[in-house]
Formats: sequence, C-alpha cells, structure tokens
Amino acid sequence: MATKHTLVALVENKPGVLNRMASLFRRRGFNIESIAVGHSELPHLSRMTIVVDGTTAMVEQVRKQLDKVIDVVKVSDITGDNIVARELALIKVKANSATRSEIIQIVDIFRANIVDVASGSVTIEVTGDEDKINSLLSLLRGFGIREIVRTGRVAMVRGGSSPSRMEKKSSNTHAKRQKDK
Amino acid sequence: MKMTGAQILCESLVREGVEVIFGILGGAVLPLYDALPNYPQLRHILVRHEQGAAHAADGYARATGRVGVCMATSGPGATNLVTGIANAYLDSSPIIAITGQVARPFIGKDAFQEIDITGITLPVTKHNYLVHSADSLAGIVKEAFYLARTGRPGPVLIDVPRDVQIEQAEFHYPTKVDLPGYKPTLQGHPEQIKKAANLINEAHRSLIIAGRGIIISGAYDELKQLAETAQIPVVSTLLGISSFPESHALSYGMIGMHGMAYANLAVDAADLIIAVGMRFDDRATAKVSAFAPHAHIIHIDIDPAEIGKNVRVDVPIVGDVKAVLNALNKLLVSTERVDWVQQLDDWRKEHPSTEIRDSDGLLPQYVVRQIYEATKGEAIIVTGVGQNQMWAAQHYWYNKPNSLISSGGLGTMGFGLPASIGVKVGCPDSIVWCIDGDGSFQMTIQELATIAQEQVAVKVAIINNGYLGMVRQWQELFYGKRYVATALSCPDFVKIAEGYRIPGLRVKHKREVTSAIERAMEHQGPFIIDFKVEPEENVYPMVPPGAALAEVVEAPEKRKKAISDSAKLPVSNI
Repeated sequence: MATKHTLVALVENKPGVLNRMASLFRRRGFNIESIAVGHSELPHLSRMTIVVDGTTAMVEQVRKQLDKVIDVVKVSDITGDNIVARELALIKVKANSATRSEIIQIVDIFRANIVDVASGSVTIEVTGDEDKINSLLSLLRGFGIREIVRTGRVAMVRGGSSPSRMEKKSSNTHAKRQKDK
Repeated sequence: MKMTGAQILCESLVREGVEVIFGILGGAVLPLYDALPNYPQLRHILVRHEQGAAHAADGYARATGRVGVCMATSGPGATNLVTGIANAYLDSSPIIAITGQVARPFIGKDAFQEIDITGITLPVTKHNYLVHSADSLAGIVKEAFYLARTGRPGPVLIDVPRDVQIEQAEFHYPTKVDLPGYKPTLQGHPEQIKKAANLINEAHRSLIIAGRGIIISGAYDELKQLAETAQIPVVSTLLGISSFPESHALSYGMIGMHGMAYANLAVDAADLIIAVGMRFDDRATAKVSAFAPHAHIIHIDIDPAEIGKNVRVDVPIVGDVKAVLNALNKLLVSTERVDWVQQLDDWRKEHPSTEIRDSDGLLPQYVVRQIYEATKGEAIIVTGVGQNQMWAAQHYWYNKPNSLISSGGLGTMGFGLPASIGVKVGCPDSIVWCIDGDGSFQMTIQELATIAQEQVAVKVAIINNGYLGMVRQWQELFYGKRYVATALSCPDFVKIAEGYRIPGLRVKHKREVTSAIERAMEHQGPFIIDFKVEPEENVYPMVPPGAALAEVVEAPEKRKKAISDSAKLPVSNI
C-alpha cells in the first residue's frame, strides 16, 4: 500500500546533486510531494527532507539507490521513527478594515505571525505540521487567498539519536539491517 | 610544476597506469590530442565511431580487469559514446569516458557541438564530472578511476571544456581520495555468513548460481572450494559463464531463457540457492514469481541496492564476493550430496541441451563447437547479441577463467567487433574470436577499419543466417511466423573485408568449417569467416517469455517427453 514516506538525506553541496536524486525518483514514477534543502551542521554538506508517496518496498529500493549516488553521504527513511516534522508557509490573504481584526484573531490562535500588511491584504507566516497549516488555510479561505508558498516538510528524529549523521557510515546500517532480519 | 589541463590529464592517466585510449578526436579535444604525442606510454587507437571506442574500452576492461579508457569530442562525439557507456553500466564494467566540451563561457548557450553530456549520462554512469578548472582535473581523474574500479565497478565520465584543457595549473597528483558518500562494504557481516553456512550445511539440494561478480572479484578458487567442499552443483548466469570451469563435474551450465534445461530444472527443484555476484536479471530468472519456489535464497553481492530488488532473499550478504566466500568456506562442513548430484546428472542425460543434431546443413551450433575444438577452449570468445550470442554461450565449453565477453544487461547488438578489439589489445597473447551475427556485425562493421589499421589480430566468425535471427525466432514462435522487417539483405562480407585489406573466407558447407577455422588461426593478423548457416535455425532450449524456468522447452527433435513431467519426477520432500 502506498503511504507517505519521509526521507532525510545528507548530501555533498555540489552542483547536480538534486538532479541525480530527482532522476532516481522520476525513473520509478514517484511524484515527489515536497523537497526541502539547506545547509547542515557540517561544512560542505546539505541536508534534504524528501516526502514521497509509495509502498515501503519501493521506497526502500529507491532509498538504496539514492545511497549509491556518490555525492549522497547518507539517506534514511525516518517515517516509522518518532520525529519532529515542521513546515513553514507564507499566506497572502485579502483583508480590509472590516475583516482585518478577525484575521488577526485567527492568526493569534494558530500562533502564526503577520509579516506584511498592505491596504488590501495581509501576509501571514505560519509554522507547524501539515495539518496545522491546512487547518489555518481552510479558515482563511473565506477571506480570499491571494497566494500561498510552502517550504515542504523538514524533519528530524526526536531525542539524542540522529539517523543522518556522518559517522554512521552506510556500511554499518547495511550490517545492522542484515542483523535485524 | 605548471602544466596545461591537457598535460595534467595525460599525466594523470599515466599515473593511473593507462596504456591505451580508444577514441576519435574533434574540435573540443584538439588541445588534448595535441598533448598526446608527448606521452608515448599512452597508445591511442583511432576507432571509426565513438560507440566503438566505448565498447573497445569495455572489452579491454572486462578482459584485463583494468580500467578501460575511451575519448571523444563534444556534442555528437559524446552522444555516440552513450550506448557504449550504458552497456558498461549494466554489466558493471569499469571504463572512463573522457569527452571534450565547449569552452566554459559557451556552456549552456547551445554553442556549436555543445551538449549536456553529464546530464545525458547521469542515469548510465556510476558518476560523472564536468571539470570547471584545470586545477581540479588531477583530483577528478584520481576519483574517477577509484570509483570506476572499486565497489561495484562501472563507467565514469569526465567532461573537459576546451579552455580547461588549455588553462595552466599546478600539477599535484593526489595520493588519496576523499569521498564521504562512497564506502563500499567489502567484508560480509559475520552473523550473516554464519547463517548462510548453517543453511548450506543443512540443505539437501543446494545450488550455486554464479554471476559475473565472481569474475570481477577474481574469486575463482573460492567458488571452486565452496562447490567442492559442500558438493554443491554450480550453474551460472550468462555473464557468470567462465567463472567456474564447465568441464568440472559439478558444473551444470547456464540458466535462464536459453539456459540448459537441466540447469533450469535444478533451480526449480533446489531447496537452497546460493546466488553469488549476480542480480537476478529477468533473462536469468524467467517468471520471477515462480523462481526457485522451494528454495531459501542466500544472496551475496557487493551492491546493497541489489538485495531484494527482484527476488525475496532469506540471507543477504553485502560484500566483496571473494572476501565473503573466503569467510564462508571456513564454516562449511564437508558434505556428500550424492542423490542431488545424481539427480542433476540424470536430468542432464534426459535433456542433452548441448547435443547438436545430425544435419547435412551448416548448423551454427556446429560452427561454434568447431571453434572450440580448434582453439582447444583456450580462446577468449567475444560475442554480438542475439542468436549468435546464445549459441556461443551454449556450445563452446568455457574452462578458462573469464573467457566469454558478452553484452548481457543492455544486450547491445554491435558490441562484438569493437569489444574484441579491446580484448585483443588488452590480452595480445590470447587467441580472440569474435562470434557475431550478420545483423549485429553490421551495426559496428566500420571497426574493420580500426582492426586493419592497427592490425588487431582478432578472428571473426559471422554466423550469417540472413535474418535478425533472434527476433525472427520470436516472430516464428509467438507471432504466427509473420516475418516483419527481420530479413536482411547482406553485403558480401568477404569482399567487404577485402576492401579493408583483411583476408576472409566464405563457408557454405559443413565440410569446409574446420579447414576455414584453421586457416584463420594460421593467419597472423585479423581474419574473417562468413558462415552461411541454416537461415531458420532456432535457439533451444528456450523458456518462453512469461513462463517459469521449469517450463523450459527443448528443441523439437529432443522433445521425447514433456520436461515438466520429469521436473516433477524424483525430488522428495519438496
């Protein structure tokens, strides 16, 4: 059964890495739901959070293929782990003097922020999991949404462990996976 | 010391021990070629089409175990390499493809002969590089060779812009590579190896499927020890042929679509499969859901992504085949498996898959067998793709390690002739026969010019049936004998060869075969024989597409009883 999977990858910060990874998904007909990339705590390395829809077996196949990409240091499927997952969205909503205060109230309830105000609109910044952002969006829809931009999910495993640290070489995980069987 | 990018590249190739480059020049590699004469260690072989360069490098790499190098200019030169690179990728062959690129300021502007070759080859290379500066070149070459030959080998492409070839930089050849994302697992996990050993010690009907990984890792002795200690019969994939001597009592030939009937039956009846350095290609497994239905599977491979990809695996062991087998052999109990081995021998008697039928006509199988006889099995056989390839695999006995060079994964018609150039250049003391089809041969026929110019002493046997034979066979068997676009009107190959100043013979009759092969062998240089064989001879045994290995079909004259009956016959406690 296809479900959403969250993959976290530590990759070398080089041109073409994204292309190499994306092409492995494309070849297998995966639609990437979201992808978020930025610098990691390590120099020259970036960390990606990729959300894809697929069966566990198919995602595991593509995860192994991603691990083979030379510029990819480490990829983990953290779907089954206890994770913190967040997304940031910017939402531009129509607003006038009659509706502005109601919008501000909703924004407060969601602990979101208004980051820009114009005569006919406000821009809201909200952080949270996808459900929270979707709920806020549904409440704002009635006011008229002008534009939405979302970062896609970024995620991290809770607690001290980190599945995507460098010292955990891929060979160890293979060994671990074999041992688990 | 300051050098130009071209010099740095040549110096780096020399440091990597390169002795030969197969290539064709063009505008974007002119500076590079200009530097070549200063490096006499680097022999350049001028091919006639870039695909030939890649196949030759591939053949060289497979035959020698070293990295093969090919070179081409930008644009069409680079795109012509792609088939050869893809071929090397699918068969895990270590080659370095060096392409020229337009000068940096022109990249991305659709300049003359500009093409995004790193983009194009992304899915068919292990890794590739666009070189941005001359000072990064030495490090890239070092990495590229390291990546190509280690772990699961594969092709690596280096795209060098023309102005980088001219740019001056300090030359330091690095001693180490720093690739945090690349750490191939070489030693198998001890727990897994123990589990595998236990399974082997307990199994009654175990079977080794030997793949090309054994050849790549040079694990011939380890495989032999495994088979002999535990008395396990050995079958192989197409590319696993010659990893285990076929004259050995425990050798039962190739499995798969055109594998030996008894080998396929053995897979079907086995209770334990030890798959070594192979990847469960669909031509080897046939219907994958019915593959080895009674067996536990141990899969040994260096590539973790191959584990569980096509077939469920009970005990995966990621590691270098040689290292894993070494560790495994230490845990094995010497066992007799008389009943099981006897069973396989019985099947072999019942289904003499390699027996050639009596015929006055010139049978392709007979030609292959006579090449075996004449070379006493000492030759390296390079094949085209199609019927010729299957007959070469079935009817020559491969006892010498690494003596069959063939395009397995990609199935590239036209591989044979250029690959045989690489093989002969890499192994000048070996007898090299290229067994090709008339269709396959014509796809890279221009390389006859290379053979003539460089006097590469390959012997070419064209199995000429006037058809794209394998496709014709499928049309006959599965498309109601409607032959569409498979008949070939071939040129006079002997005259063609003569045009290239290569001697040749045409053979139409069985009685002429031996003397023609002997003539070819006596001749010092390259030689061509055009064997006009039975046009509608089919390759058997055959597992029809979509069928299971056990549903293997024998040649009509051998179908005394249905194979599936005998498959059910003897095996107890399945």
